[in-house]
Amino acid sequence: MEFESVIGLEVHAQLSTKTKIFCSCSTEFGDSPNTHTCPVCLGMPGVLPVLNKEVVEFALRFGIAAHSKISKFSRFARKNYFYPDLPKGYQVSQYELPIVEGGFIEIDLPEGKKKIGLVRAHMEEDAGKLIHQRDVSFVDFNRAGVPLLEIVSEPDLRTPEEAGEYLRKIRTLVRYLKISNGNMEEGSMRCDANVSVREKAEEKLGTKVEIKNINSFKHVEKALVYEIRRQIALVQNGGQIVQETRLWDEKENITRSMRSKEEAYEYRYFPEPDLVPLLIDEKWAERVKTDMPELADEKEKRFVKDYKLSPEKASIFTESNELADYFENICKAFHGYKQIANWMLSEFLAYLNKEGKEIGDVDMKPRQVAELLKLVDEGTISGKIAKSVFAEMWETNKSAGDIVQKKGLVQIKDENKITEIVCRVVEENPDVVDKYKKGKKNVMGFLAGQVMKYTKGKANPQLVNKILLEKLR
Amino acid sequence: MISKDEVKKVAYLSRISLKEDEVDRFTEQFNNILDYMNKLNQLDVKGIDPAFHVVEFNNVFRDDKVKASLILNEALKNAPKKEGAFFKVPRIIK
Ligand SMILES: [Zn+2]
Repeated sequence: MEFESVIGLEVHAQLSTKTKIFCSCSTEFGDSPNTHTCPVCLGMPGVLPVLNKEVVEFALRFGIAAHSKISKFSRFARKNYFYPDLPKGYQVSQYELPIVEGGFIEIDLPEGKKKIGLVRAHMEEDAGKLIHQRDVSFVDFNRAGVPLLEIVSEPDLRTPEEAGEYLRKIRTLVRYLKISNGNMEEGSMRCDANVSVREKAEEKLGTKVEIKNINSFKHVEKALVYEIRRQIALVQNGGQIVQETRLWDEKENITRSMRSKEEAYEYRYFPEPDLVPLLIDEKWAERVKTDMPELADEKEKRFVKDYKLSPEKASIFTESNELADYFENICKAFHGYKQIANWMLSEFLAYLNKEGKEIGDVDMKPRQVAELLKLVDEGTISGKIAKSVFAEMWETNKSAGDIVQKKGLVQIKDENKITEIVCRVVEENPDVVDKYKKGKKNVMGFLAGQVMKYTKGKANPQLVNKILLEKLR
Repeated sequence: MISKDEVKKVAYLSRISLKEDEVDRFTEQFNNILDYMNKLNQLDVKGIDPAFHVVEFNNVFRDDKVKASLILNEALKNAPKKEGAFFKVPRIIK
């Protein structure tokens, strides 16, 4: 029997507004506990929430970018449940009339592009944070009331890889839209997964299991792989899948049943009487559409066209808006687009990855990179020297020109000078030269290396090779 | 008809503990209320949108501007239990 998995994701993206969704408390992350609270977000009786307009703007931005239908009329609802991180005993969310419905996210797969449908996206408030001790829990309500956008996909994903790609696309999108920092590791993007398996030919969906508590990007695919394997093994052994919620245990790398005595939650949703309905007219939606920044997919196409990049390279440079801007700013100062692309991939991004930095953390300016690549292009320094100059630039943020000047790294292109050194190397290595003459042509590399050593890597490599060949003839 | 079990369930979901005689009393009251609602349900309301608010307000917003929050002592003032900068609750996770 061949099985396939059916996956739908619920992504919670923390919206990067300055204030909470229903009160004017700051959303700043990492401040001391319970210092961003007020009667509204603490759920004191008699207070009235007032909707932050920016939250609506952000939700609209997402909806329009995801080709969704924007609801002309939407409202908030109370989702009732008890948990100590929820001060009011209910979460203000949206239920039957969400702000965004339908739409899709296009993901890139080895076999081509695939559209993943969206069910909806709605606005809601985050809960507080619990810190568990032996027999008590401490509550910090700084996060309570921070705006979230819950983005619910159709069960269109078929593999853990597709799910991972979908998540990366969502992250890129919310970052381009500047509505969330999309950082899963910091908890500003969270993900629950609905997973079921079925025989390949079967059309009916299998019983779905919800996986919660997936806290990092790399664990999403892991958790799905595990859960799909578990379900297939269960079905193959004649077992029955139970509809349940399972928690991902990232230490053990397994999903665990969340068996609590409490029956399935009954949220008893009802319209939130403290908030008035939300009306979005065509004019508002149109204005958000007009202000929409250039998004990753368009930018990728433009990079292919304007800078003659391959779609693969273009997609790497457009993964974040900041990196794309950085790349484009180098291109403004130096027109060797191909050299820039290669340098960014082989050096720049390697340094970034090695140090786990984001492009925003880099002090080096795009024009400094351009200056370095110009020096290579003009033949002032060799590509090899450029690498060491770059290493120093990365450390000290000095300009390439200064480093080259101060260290005397200017490339030697004087044929007489190189000839002199080549002669010396040939004289010093009679046995190697002998081998070459007997047909061991690969010793050439050794001899060229010796020349480079004497010139501290500054000799023009093409000239070295040319002159060496002449002398060995 | 609302049964006694349903009343108990609603009480549980609301974290309210009821004595047996209270369950009886609330079961009767729940049913009275629902009977009354059923009378309203007999009205012909075709073509009339449900009203969720008595006033016809829409789109009430705030600007995204930070205002001062409570100072910590004020925030914790009404908490039955607190420790340091935190509210303190019984541990509920398994
Ligand atoms: Zn507040």
